[in-house]
Amino acid sequence: MLMFLEQVLNGLQYSALLFLLSAGLTLVFGIMNVINLTHGSFYMVGAFCAASAAASTGSFAAALLAALAGAALYGLVIELLVIRHLYRRDHLDQVLATLGLTLFTNELVTVLFGRSPPFMDIPPFLSGSVALLPGLNYPIMRLAFIGAGALVALGLWLLISRTRVGMLVRAGADDGEMVDALGVNIQRLFTLIFTLGALLCGFAGVMAAPLLAVEIGMGERILITTFVVIVVGGVGSVRGALAGSLMIGMTDALGRAYIPFWMSRLLPPELSDSASSSLVSASIYILMAIVLLFKPRGLVPAQR
Amino acid sequence: MHKSTLRGAAAVLLSLASYAASAQQKPVDIGFIGTLSTPAGYIGEDERDAFMLAVKEGGGKLGGVPVNVRVEDDALKPANAKQIADKMVQGGVRLFTGINFSNVMAAVGPTVLNAGAFYVSLNAGPSNYAGKACNPNYFSVAFQNDSYADTAGMAANELGAKRVVIMAPNYQAGRDAVAGFKRTYKGEIADEIYTKLEQADFSVELARIRSLNPDAIFQFHPGGAGINLTKQFANSGLADKIKMITPIYSMDDRMLAATGTAGKGFYLSSLWSADLDNAQSKHFVEAFTKAYNRAPTAYAAQAYDTANLIGSALKAVDGDIAGKPDDFRNALRRADFPSVRGKFKFGPNQHPVQDWYLLHIEAGPDGKLVYKNLKVLARDHTDVHAVDCKM
Repeated sequence: MLMFLEQVLNGLQYSALLFLLSAGLTLVFGIMNVINLTHGSFYMVGAFCAASAAASTGSFAAALLAALAGAALYGLVIELLVIRHLYRRDHLDQVLATLGLTLFTNELVTVLFGRSPPFMDIPPFLSGSVALLPGLNYPIMRLAFIGAGALVALGLWLLISRTRVGMLVRAGADDGEMVDALGVNIQRLFTLIFTLGALLCGFAGVMAAPLLAVEIGMGERILITTFVVIVVGGVGSVRGALAGSLMIGMTDALGRAYIPFWMSRLLPPELSDSASSSLVSASIYILMAIVLLFKPRGLVPAQR
Repeated sequence: MHKSTLRGAAAVLLSLASYAASAQQKPVDIGFIGTLSTPAGYIGEDERDAFMLAVKEGGGKLGGVPVNVRVEDDALKPANAKQIADKMVQGGVRLFTGINFSNVMAAVGPTVLNAGAFYVSLNAGPSNYAGKACNPNYFSVAFQNDSYADTAGMAANELGAKRVVIMAPNYQAGRDAVAGFKRTYKGEIADEIYTKLEQADFSVELARIRSLNPDAIFQFHPGGAGINLTKQFANSGLADKIKMITPIYSMDDRMLAATGTAGKGFYLSSLWSADLDNAQSKHFVEAFTKAYNRAPTAYAAQAYDTANLIGSALKAVDGDIAGKPDDFRNALRRADFPSVRGKFKFGPNQHPVQDWYLLHIEAGPDGKLVYKNLKVLARDHTDVHAVDCKM
């Protein structure tokens, strides 16, 4: 039981990371209709900025600031220079351009920060673990990650449901042309959304940097899962991104924890090893297929 | 008087002639196909830099023969590497090295060897080239892939680990590492956990390990995945109770630097460490650190040895690989070069017969983590595939 709880927490932590990355991606995809493969790069930029700020100042606050500023600024620049010209192009052009940008960013980061992965320590106030229940110690850093994900979810909900900008975002997701026709500066809205997405990635980067390897290409690897999340959740909807993140995060964590366990009881050992590891790798894609079978537009699609 | 003038003129002519000959000696092309981009790029960078250090020390020559090292990036894509090799073979390159990854090696091997060219491996050591598919023109200077894992099994025995959890990524090299470890480890295996290649989060696996409560973990996760695992292992609080045993390639110098103090206490199997007590190793560590302002990895040490081995063989044939392939091969087999490993020789399958060491990561005098060479794990260690090699 304790083991199950711990695995649920692990799943929540992964969900939190996925949510931070997918919230921006789903808005950019849903509202601006841009497939943005560069999204993962903002996560990498955030992590590298955080690691180098932490290395030179030793302060987590500075790392946080550097990650947010670095990722948001880079997002803004990318939007102004490249993405802006892609809104009306078809998806193939967008994929090509943003894939190119991903490669460019990887090289840029290599030039600026070098090839060796930098180190970032867990800040002292988040290090160690805490006893949640007798016999269940859980690292504070991971709890903080879950908390950060929940706070961002709350903040985004307030932003989108309670503010004028949020109203425009929702309207833009439903019918962008109509919003444009009503005299709203949709260009500015797009820039804002794109930068916000990059900022959230930067936040994910600084939170992940103490736990994960800060390395070139770290964004691309998680980007595919992030796309799975927004497809499962429903493109263009932050609530969908939250639901998708939770489903994918939990499926991945619990699948990794329990599929090998059950398979070893069902199958002879020489088969169960390879069968379970294949099933573990495929679990989130199987989930996606099932969801799309019953809800082709995802769990919580943006209303249209 | 007259005679000596003649003699002097002859001497001048002779020296002119020999000067002309050396000026005409075309540098020997060496195809260096390495992984210089992707997250693993730091490995290729270290290998290239160490190889070029040897060339630089010879003043653009290896073994006194001018060389032209053609460095190309394979981007860790076997198809890329094969294309590069095809082009180089057609361009007349007769000698290749540089490949780090066994899957890339598998793609390039046939191209190079079918053309009758030589391949001298500075890292990749897939089992087929040590056994059934062994080839007179294929030499491995680093190791056969099983060696770092079966010596880790010996390390687990040595450390008195009774119950071990094995953890490796679910791909060929990961499964090979597991097989290698199991071949020598004598205790109980509590569980085998297969992870995804390039996995970022290991919390689920670490929770499972906590419930299994083994004496030690053997894991093989080079690069980013290994950094993730190390950081999270330290953060999980398991490091106090459970020993971590891994090949040096899952905790190289760059990974050590990227994990802060998380790698402290790790036990490693390795064929080389910077504190080895031999002149060549000391010279190499000093020269590399001076030239590149960073400490060399074991990858770099292997590459440096590879360059010097190639130098010894080039010297034997005066750079004429195409004209005297048999002499060149025999010279490679003799392995008559100063090795950073102290002593070095090839087994019958042209893979190394060498000592493996148990290293321990501890805080050095200045507080920084260093590899401490504890003892020899295996003397004159070879591989099990040699028996299948008919040459």
